Amino acid sequence: MDKILSLKQKAVSIRKRTLQMICDAKHGHTGGSLSCVDILVTLYFEILRYDPANPKDPGRDRFIMSKGHSAESYYCVLAEAGFFARDILNTYGKFNSPLAGHPVIKVPGVELNSGSLGHGLSVGTGMALAGKMDHKEYKVWVLMGDGEQAEGSVMEAVMAASHYKLDNLVAIIDRNRLQISGDTEMIMKLDSLAERYGAFGWHTQETDGNNIEELIQIFRSMPVVPGIPHLIIANTTKGKGISFIENQAGWHHKVPTPEQLEEALKELDLQMENLSSDAT
Amino acid sequence: MQHKPCRQIFTETLLSLARNDRDIIAVTTDARGSVTLTGFADELPDQFIELGIAEQNALGIGAGLAASGKKVFVCGPACFYAARGVEQIKLDIAYTGNPVKIIGVSGGVSYGALGSSHHSLNDIAVMRSFPGLTVILPCDNYQTRIMTEKLVDYIHPVFVRMGRAPVPDVYESNNINFEIGRANILMDGEDIALIGTGETVYHVLEAGKALKQSGIHASVIDMHTVKPIDSDVVLKAARETGVIITVEEHSVLGGLGSSVSELVSQYQSVPVRILGFPDEWAAHGSPTELFHHYGLTKENIVKQAIKLLNEKK
Repeated sequence: MDKILSLKQKAVSIRKRTLQMICDAKHGHTGGSLSCVDILVTLYFEILRYDPANPKDPGRDRFIMSKGHSAESYYCVLAEAGFFARDILNTYGKFNSPLAGHPVIKVPGVELNSGSLGHGLSVGTGMALAGKMDHKEYKVWVLMGDGEQAEGSVMEAVMAASHYKLDNLVAIIDRNRLQISGDTEMIMKLDSLAERYGAFGWHTQETDGNNIEELIQIFRSMPVVPGIPHLIIANTTKGKGISFIENQAGWHHKVPTPEQLEEALKELDLQMENLSSDAT
Repeated sequence: MQHKPCRQIFTETLLSLARNDRDIIAVTTDARGSVTLTGFADELPDQFIELGIAEQNALGIGAGLAASGKKVFVCGPACFYAARGVEQIKLDIAYTGNPVKIIGVSGGVSYGALGSSHHSLNDIAVMRSFPGLTVILPCDNYQTRIMTEKLVDYIHPVFVRMGRAPVPDVYESNNINFEIGRANILMDGEDIALIGTGETVYHVLEAGKALKQSGIHASVIDMHTVKPIDSDVVLKAARETGVIITVEEHSVLGGLGSSVSELVSQYQSVPVRILGFPDEWAAHGSPTELFHHYGLTKENIVKQAIKLLNEKK
């Protein structure tokens, strides 16, 4: 089967599973979990080197979910990648489930307990530094939110990663332009992100973060410039894939009603049908 | 042994260990001078990470290095790590379980004259509230050396606090017992228990000796590990003496005294007198002036012990 088609189908099924999980648990971060699905699917099923049977393999590529509130789609991708049984996803939101509302390392595949923003890039910088010290080939990928960029600690890590010439570090910003209170540009202006990172010595690129073909191309091109860390600003749509959820800050952590879930799943089923018919 | 600052003993020990272990990494935040890491940085530049004045980043990067198998010591002034870096310690280190060793130097009122921005009188309270984080205050050069050796392969995250100035010896040689989480009993006694941690241990021991000359037999305890506290030793001392004084270079809220009280009050009706810094912004002056002003001295410990024993009668 065509690889791109397969990845697109995976993305649709991950979106379906994510919404189902959020509805069953009656909590979750709907908008941001949906915006980053294509990034996660591309990384886990096309780019990252890992062995789900040996999740702590020293040679693995590291992925840090710094925007930990997107745990739902992250957990779905980890299960799909074979880190744990899909059945465990059904426990999400239940008392003492291994799947906390924000990622925890007791879940195989998770590299950092996250949930408070502005932490992942520092930890990823440490992992990338260790990789350089040990002459290992692995890369470290850190996915951050765009609202997260207001945390000053992010820029401390940006500074250090450049100082230490960490070309094995790739930061991705899920640039969906919405945070919990509204438009990111209204809350705190972010449109100079490329210039900011560039001024600190990073190589920066923008891409369509919901376009799997573009994501594959840009992720495969890493590292672009030796001796320089890389930023990918992935322009995405918050709530991507569900017409009535897309681009609305109110869906940051709103849970769909059973009726809305049904409608959303219909939209996703239609997308899946269209993918299949395009292929034939 | 020469009396040196504990931070210097720490760095000398770490350097000697790091020469034979490339996984030992020292991280600092423009504090190589304060920590006395300059020699380490010069001799082992590949095992030394300078991050500039950015404590949050140092702790996060330390967590990432530790997660990748490095034996990480993040070193700098205690006042900054235990305040500015609290969330990184909570999330990246303690909650995730990355075994970073945070070395807070010039703790307590070491920077006494510089004011409360530079005092770390709340660090024990904050650090001991995080599950899984060990808190250690070594008391002298001998103990600092052994502690450093044991920390290298210790699999849990640790916050260590030590002072800035040279300290007198409490112990007599390198051949001493030091187990993380096991208090050392320096003097046996049945009249009163005196418990110190870090630099107050010396004063507590001196007070114990002075009381002995007056016919009062104090049990003197070095509680180098404030968390996990040695509950066996504390409860035994409470049972055998019936009266306890704790002495710490820390706020009376949340530190050693609180920890001892929390434990004892659940099992026994034993008074615990907490000597430390009151709940106010401390005066500024030299550490010696501050220790005198707030009663962290042999004389005041003796006075409080006699007072407490009289109250008990």
